[in-house]
Amino acid sequence: MALQLDARPPGTPAPRATRPSRAGRLSRIDAKYSPYLYIAPFFVIFAIFGAWPLAYTFWVSLHDWDLLGSNPTFIGADNYTRLLADSDFWHSVVNTLGIFVLSTVPQLLAALWLANLLNRQLRMRTGWRMTVLVPNVTSTAAVAIVFGVLFGREFGMVNWLLDLVGVDGIEWKSNRFASWVAISTMVDWRWTGYNALIFLAAMQAIPRDLYEAAAIDGANRARQFWTITVPLLKPTIIFCVIISTIGGLQLFTEPRLFHSGTNAIRGGPMRESQTMTMYMFENAFAPYYNFGYGSAVAWLLFALIAIVAAINVLIIRRLGAGARPDTGKRKGGSR
Amino acid sequence: MGTFPRHRLAAVALAATGVLLVTGGCGGGDEAAGDGTITLTVDVFGQFGYEQLYQQYMDDNPNIKIVERGTGGNLDEYSPKLTQWLAAGKGAGDVVAIEEGLMVEYKANPDNFVNLLDHGAADLKGNFLEWKWNQGLTADGQKLIGLGTDVGGMAMCYRTDLFDKAGLPTDREQVSALWPTWADYIATGEKFKAANTGASFLDAATNTFNTIVLQTAGNAQGYHYYDTSDNLVVDSNPAVKQAWDITMNIVSAGLSGKYGSWSEEWVSAFKQAKFATIACPAWMTGVIEGNAGPEAKGKWDIARVPGNGGNWGGSHLAVPQQSKHQEEAVKLVKFLTSAEGHIGAFKAKGPLPSSPQALDDPAITEATNAYFSDAPVGKIFGEGAKTLKPVYMGPKNQAVRTEVENAVRTVELGQRTPEQGWQDAVDNAKKAAAK
Repeated sequence: MALQLDARPPGTPAPRATRPSRAGRLSRIDAKYSPYLYIAPFFVIFAIFGAWPLAYTFWVSLHDWDLLGSNPTFIGADNYTRLLADSDFWHSVVNTLGIFVLSTVPQLLAALWLANLLNRQLRMRTGWRMTVLVPNVTSTAAVAIVFGVLFGREFGMVNWLLDLVGVDGIEWKSNRFASWVAISTMVDWRWTGYNALIFLAAMQAIPRDLYEAAAIDGANRARQFWTITVPLLKPTIIFCVIISTIGGLQLFTEPRLFHSGTNAIRGGPMRESQTMTMYMFENAFAPYYNFGYGSAVAWLLFALIAIVAAINVLIIRRLGAGARPDTGKRKGGSR
Repeated sequence: MGTFPRHRLAAVALAATGVLLVTGGCGGGDEAAGDGTITLTVDVFGQFGYEQLYQQYMDDNPNIKIVERGTGGNLDEYSPKLTQWLAAGKGAGDVVAIEEGLMVEYKANPDNFVNLLDHGAADLKGNFLEWKWNQGLTADGQKLIGLGTDVGGMAMCYRTDLFDKAGLPTDREQVSALWPTWADYIATGEKFKAANTGASFLDAATNTFNTIVLQTAGNAQGYHYYDTSDNLVVDSNPAVKQAWDITMNIVSAGLSGKYGSWSEEWVSAFKQAKFATIACPAWMTGVIEGNAGPEAKGKWDIARVPGNGGNWGGSHLAVPQQSKHQEEAVKLVKFLTSAEGHIGAFKAKGPLPSSPQALDDPAITEATNAYFSDAPVGKIFGEGAKTLKPVYMGPKNQAVRTEVENAVRTVELGQRTPEQGWQDAVDNAKKAAAK
């Protein structure tokens, strides 16, 4: 607000007539305060749906709070100390990170490859570009349920196909690594096209003459891709990594609906694919109804996301600082 | 102009936005309709079979309109919702169903519910099996939060076509004679398996384990995971270990189809006739019919359960304190849990009455089920109901049961040995009870 440029009347005008003065005062008030009013909706909504729940969750996490109980008791950081020693919690952290890596790495590589294909001269280019986005407009729940059936042990199509080529059926839902792969497939199926379009948009911003020059110098397509396209896409890649991080660490619907039947919230009999958000839900709601403990999980999830976000920021700063001299060197080298 | 008006203005601005938000956000109408009609919402899970009873009640009470929610739903999804409604003080129906395994948890906070004793329910005691009545009563006997609906008398449902294929008898009397004990059941299963029908003998070890443990506990001390003073006794109660060992014998004989109960796969296995028997509390008959579909009509039949009796499941109806029409809701509960209500529900969807008068009624004793080859369901399930030995369920019953059944599942899937599984069951049950 320090830079506010109000058109203030130069000096105080003499109170000649009351009406202009009142109007002037009103307009001054208007100019001075209405900006606050304009931005207020965001802050009010944030306070109600963002800040307040955050603070309240923290307050709850300091209590032994049975969801139905009438009088929660204050226990300080007990929930946190118990949680840090809870092997099931760390198990869910590893699951979350494992699924995150398994889904994000192939997803971004595939998206990059797809974008590169779509960037060429193709027939029905717009049609292809729209097609890759189709998985993204289907509902997550529907995707998860269908994939849950595809990856069934006995009646699933994946195991049937494996059987055709002579491979024994895999226990997709009760083998830790297999369930990670299955869930990652789901995430990838849904998000690869979306990322490909973002990459495609960035690719189209790369000047064509760079490629022409490279082609004249005798660089083939692969060489052009790795030495021109990828380095210039760095900021976009970072953006996609961050977006995937946020989504990946909060993964819930896919693993939850991948499992069906009793206690699906466990993500398999030995918690093979239980993510942090599922663990939070299991504790805060059925079957434990331990609201305090669940809130503590929520806060540690928040902390984990903050840490990963901080690492992201550090990497961006690094890359941002390193990128310019790097490209400069390349240009010099090519001359 | 000091800072004073600025604050005031800011406050006005905030208040204005707040008002906008509130008026924009709350479009909910009032429940009371203008013509004096009262709408009562009933929250259930699975199949309670009340549709015709509602119609009858609405005809007799023109000022009442009844809406049922959650029909056909899964208990696993229903109970967290109910708990959230109760915790939030808003959202629950005027009448809610409570399953027996969760009753103790809800009874721990009886203030969430209307005390039915304040509404003259004490006179109804004789209408219920004594233990069923007591389940709805708080430990001090001062508050009654629920009136009983059904009990889960036990049987064994089997597919006659698969039995025929395996060269086993198909007549229900002869089938019952095959397995007086669980060891005989396993022996029959081995014969069935040797015949290579392409189907498993049973659906999943978890449901069977639950059946056995409720039976062994009912026949012994009357409690399984918690003793009647609410101490966790998973590791020291011989009834639990005995049920575990029987289940492990079933698993190691390779009789289970390992279809995780209530999963999509389980439902598909019903449809494709992938298993021959399933432990069958009275309410399960409706589930089987729903899952196996009309094309399997007449292919199922019902025999006696191995071992002796047992009870699994059964519910109560309660009125949450947050209901705006408590008086009317209590009246409806009394109607639905009357002998007449129990009989109506049984006829519609098969839940077995917990009212002795209903159990003696010819409408029950002579009832047959066309889907199950005209099996005399009233006789099969009703016989044991009055002598049924209930099992006490402790405070974290549901969470502990989940852990023990999960341990069964890990052994069944070959992830753990029976010894490791038992250790998991004990350790995780302790952890769950402490949460």
